[in-house]
Amino acid sequence: MRLARHLPVTTLAAAIALAGHAQAQTEITVATVNNNDMVIMQSLTDAFEQAHPDITLDWVVLEENVLRQRMTTDIATGGGQFDVMTIGTYEVPIWAERGWLEPLDSLPDDYNEDDLLASVRDGLSLDGTLHALPFYAESSMMYYRTDLFEQAGIEMPEQPTWTQVRDWAEQLHGSEDGLAGICLRGKPGWGENMAFVSTLVNTFGGRWFDEQWNPELNSEAWNNAISFYVDLLSNYGPPGASSNGFNENLALFSRGNCAMWVDATSAAGKLYDENESDVAGTLGFAPAPIAETPKGSHWLWSWALAIPASSEHKEAAQAFITWATSEEYIELVGETNGWTSVPPGTRESTYANEQYTEAAPFAAFVLDAIKEADPTDSSLEPNPYVGVQFVGIPEFQSIGTQVGQTIAAALTGDTSVEQALDNAQRATERTMQRAGYIER
Amino acid sequence: MTTHRNSAPAHTRSLPIRQLVLTLLGWSIALIIFFPILWMVLTGFKTETAAIADPSFIFSPTLESYQAVQARSGYARFALNSVAIAFGSTLLALLIAIPSAYAMAFLPTKRTKGTLLWMLSTKMLPPVGVLVPIYLIFRDVGLLDTRTGLIIIYTLMNLPIVVWMLYTFFKDMPKDILEAGRMDGASTLQEVFFLLLPLTLPGIASTGLLSVILSWNEAFWSLNLTSSKAAPLTAYIASFSSPEGLFWAKLSAASTMAIAPILILGWMTQKQMVRGLTFGAVK
Repeated sequence: MRLARHLPVTTLAAAIALAGHAQAQTEITVATVNNNDMVIMQSLTDAFEQAHPDITLDWVVLEENVLRQRMTTDIATGGGQFDVMTIGTYEVPIWAERGWLEPLDSLPDDYNEDDLLASVRDGLSLDGTLHALPFYAESSMMYYRTDLFEQAGIEMPEQPTWTQVRDWAEQLHGSEDGLAGICLRGKPGWGENMAFVSTLVNTFGGRWFDEQWNPELNSEAWNNAISFYVDLLSNYGPPGASSNGFNENLALFSRGNCAMWVDATSAAGKLYDENESDVAGTLGFAPAPIAETPKGSHWLWSWALAIPASSEHKEAAQAFITWATSEEYIELVGETNGWTSVPPGTRESTYANEQYTEAAPFAAFVLDAIKEADPTDSSLEPNPYVGVQFVGIPEFQSIGTQVGQTIAAALTGDTSVEQALDNAQRATERTMQRAGYIER
Repeated sequence: MTTHRNSAPAHTRSLPIRQLVLTLLGWSIALIIFFPILWMVLTGFKTETAAIADPSFIFSPTLESYQAVQARSGYARFALNSVAIAFGSTLLALLIAIPSAYAMAFLPTKRTKGTLLWMLSTKMLPPVGVLVPIYLIFRDVGLLDTRTGLIIIYTLMNLPIVVWMLYTFFKDMPKDILEAGRMDGASTLQEVFFLLLPLTLPGIASTGLLSVILSWNEAFWSLNLTSSKAAPLTAYIASFSSPEGLFWAKLSAASTMAIAPILILGWMTQKQMVRGLTFGAVK
């Protein structure tokens, strides 16, 4: 009852608070995820609003999958709820082709479009026109603990191979209490274990589909790659590896529980941060290991900002996305949050900046990895798709997740590798037949 | 957690084994049900690395996550939306449900039972099945991301349960009292306001509370139909999950803050709730 008495007061307070917001300004709604770089972007709202007094920003932060579902519903029905969306390299070409995204063909001159890294820009373009602007980009690489390697007398070559990695994992596994020789993604999902597994298959000489879109999941190369992965991770991995995704491995590695870890380059900034990581002082890095071929051995991903075709404030939205992906923004983050926190992998100028290269010793490395990753040529034999760690077709989300589950089952020992791959092959064939890529 | 209070101290010495076993069982089940909430509260006081480490009850508590959660986004705005939407939809639902439950309880026809069942059947449809049509209607009438929109949806969502519960309470009321009122010349409205409502108040209160709780916890529609202005606490919680970076402690802190108001309300009204929910149970 006491609550009932207070209710009118609270409602009044709410009304006043809301009235304060109602000004004749363009208000744009930005949908994004809760990654560290996006949290920084949100915290710099004031800086943008000061520079653009006629625009105010409204943030919608959601879990990645909820956000994706929410954005697709809104675009497909023309709801116009969002003016800026955060999407990845996988969605941009697919959504652009359906006419869901505003082509960004009239960017202001001072945006300096040529400064964007070519591979990242290509990934966000359809027929040569950008449909989203890169906020940050990543590839994958290997992290390792230099103290353990020194103790064991191992020297890291310029380009490690997977056979070497297996030997080192065997040597180092258990040499400290609770130390795993290697940590890798095991949690099923097209963006989780399959991102890593796809690069492993690529470098073992496999591919998702042949040139006629026939799946090749039970080929020898896939079998070699997955057998190697299951053997490596079940013998020298951490306990319960099949439930570890990026976040779990990041926590394990930063607590010093893994000797090696192959994952996103965007983890480097966090691992070098002494407040967040116990291994900041003993962190080494190397290119992602290779096996048969260097092609497709490391991935390419970028989080980008796009304007949905249904937005009613396209001009203001463009003003925001050009600001948030500009050189000026990167400098602003460097100055306010420290240079290791700047969104990496998007612009040449970031890597020409000495303040950044000094603060982030991994910078040149990441730049090379991103530049070398070629989504149009990611496997030993030619393939018909775009994407290193994914296949750029709408069906891939479901295919990737389903195959991810069968591989996780092989990792836990519920099925054999052959059986898992046969199941994956059959399921993928069915999906591809139903979608009309191949004949029944 | 409320069921074991009746045993008076005098009985304890001669407590039969059966009752002891039942009490233990009751407590164990209650603890199992409560454990996830307890764990969430504890995790909110851990550091991010401790939250993801091997589960442990022993840790040095910190307010780090609460500070981070506070610093980032306006809890108050989300909480106000939750309060407005949950109470608004409950009021509206009661307003519609009381007359309809009255009609069904006191003036039943051949089809009353069928109507009641049909109403309940709408609860069996998975909400995602009607997402697109509702989204389109909301878009066309401008209800997307408004509190009014969510109030309407939650009212419709809870109406079948509210009508059912009220119908049960009303039916249990002796008809003679209403008849006596009518003999004294009371109109239908007077009958409802001065006899029916006061006599079934515990039932109405517990129905209202249940509806508030259901609306407070609802996550599907609130995530899909709001973006920023009308987003309630469920959307607030969802914003703390992250594909890249540790978030469990912050997510737990945000969740604890989101459930705190409703938990306190539930605690304060525990007696009425239990009484209301068991009102017509023993017949």
